[in-house]
Amino acid sequence: MVSLFERKPKIPKTAAEIVKAARSQDKIVASELINGVFKNFFELHGDRLNGDDPAIISGLAQLGNKKVTVIAIDKGTSPEERIAKHFGGPTPDGYRKSLRLMKQAEKFGRPIVTLINTAGAYPGRTAEEGGQGEAIARNLLELGDISVPILAIIFGEGGSGGALALAAGDEVWMFENSMYTVLSPEGFASILWKDSTRADEAAAVMQVTPTALLSQGIIDGIIEEPTSHRKVIKQVTRVIDEELTKLMALTPRELIERRHARFRKF
Amino acid sequence: MQLFDELKTLGHKHVKVNKEAQQKVPTGLWISCPKCHQSFYHKDLGVYQACPSCAYGFRITARERLEWLVDDFKEMDTDLITKDPLEFPGYMDKLTKARKITNLNDSVLTGIAKINNQECALGIMDPKFIMGSLGTITGEKITRLFEEATRKNLPLVLFTASGGARMQEGIFSLMQMAKVSQAVKRHSNAGLFYLTVLTDPTTGGVTASFAMQGDIIISEPRALVGFAGKRVIEQTIHQRVPEDLQDAETVLAEGFIDAIVSRDKQKDTIAWLLEMNKKKGGRHG
Ligand SMILES: [Zn+2]
Repeated sequence: MVSLFERKPKIPKTAAEIVKAARSQDKIVASELINGVFKNFFELHGDRLNGDDPAIISGLAQLGNKKVTVIAIDKGTSPEERIAKHFGGPTPDGYRKSLRLMKQAEKFGRPIVTLINTAGAYPGRTAEEGGQGEAIARNLLELGDISVPILAIIFGEGGSGGALALAAGDEVWMFENSMYTVLSPEGFASILWKDSTRADEAAAVMQVTPTALLSQGIIDGIIEEPTSHRKVIKQVTRVIDEELTKLMALTPRELIERRHARFRKF
Repeated sequence: MQLFDELKTLGHKHVKVNKEAQQKVPTGLWISCPKCHQSFYHKDLGVYQACPSCAYGFRITARERLEWLVDDFKEMDTDLITKDPLEFPGYMDKLTKARKITNLNDSVLTGIAKINNQECALGIMDPKFIMGSLGTITGEKITRLFEEATRKNLPLVLFTASGGARMQEGIFSLMQMAKVSQAVKRHSNAGLFYLTVLTDPTTGGVTASFAMQGDIIISEPRALVGFAGKRVIEQTIHQRVPEDLQDAETVLAEGFIDAIVSRDKQKDTIAWLLEMNKKKGGRHG
């Protein structure tokens, strides 16, 4: 007998439903997440080379008595903002800003928290001319031995190399309603089946859901995502605080060895 | 080394890319270069399978390249086989076909080579193995090659050719970018030289990882080098882009490639670069 007071068991969402929820307009945005989880967020701009990519929001913040560097990919809210941020597609400037702040965090021994929501790196002409491939490649190379903890949280879409450039860290956690893919299910269906309308089917085949990815060891945990943003923030805060505490107890050498082993197994 | 002269005269030519011709070395008697559109007799392709007019290197298998590149070669990891992690329908058949065409277990050939008496770890990606896509075994073979080079104190030369991720392996293909990058980093931290040679086409996840991580990055003439596909770029910005946007020569002008080297000069150039970039403190340091 199911008691009335017991929580209704959740019916697991299908892969296609998770894709939809990951992209939902109701999804919490990066700025709300940053300001909800951390205090005294101080934004740092620019890559010191070419420009400042608004798709990457990054800076210094505190979580309890922890000092952290936060780097987030933000899709924006207003139409103007979304266009300026290329709908959450970082430019080479964004990846170079991200790397600059990671190196800075390393210098001052601060852990890094990345918050990821992107369909992928911006595939525009200017990005191509600015060396999008090189920018991501350099991040992946340097992430190999940055000696402070890197905790990545995918809270919406984790699209391809554009997401990996911020996710090749010590731990990757995903929101319940988020996805992590080699390319979009639409792109997958279009390339392999020459039919982008079969995206739902592709999502199922590709194993894009947090549950599937957790069982494959691609990610380390799933963060519950109630509809209330306030409750979401509470969940994320707890996970970040607990995981950082664990990672900060490791020596730089242990961290790097562990990170290496984490990716070496694939 | 005068490697650029023959290219200068062609810089302004507007070319229409013939997608079909790019895919394979043509077998007809008369061949039209997909890049410069000059026609020539098929035997004029020569041993290097390159356009006699613009030096564009036609797509060749890794084993074909090996024939004129090395003096000695000990192949590694020929027994690794993909596990088909997504159990993707039809993938196994595709692999079987690709293995037949290329005589490789996956899209890269790896081993220890001698090039003009310079010993190095050598990897050659094969554009004819599912478009040189980055599968788990591709990543594993390249990672092992870097690890072996690090153990043996050897420089590493990697010829890249890739259409990007191996879609059929989903997220596992993506993970290869991080895995290989970490091996590159360890090799680099050991003070060892990494040379990348970009060949047609080098795109997607390979560009966004090990292709762009070399100490020195050289490219074949007119090779397509880019991150996003041209069609995706045009759909994103709702504009046409120039035909040469992703030509190696353009990417060099933007600052992301060190030099363009045609096939006939590659062996000597690579050997010379290996000699010039010995590990610090060595006899030749
Ligand atoms: Zn030509």
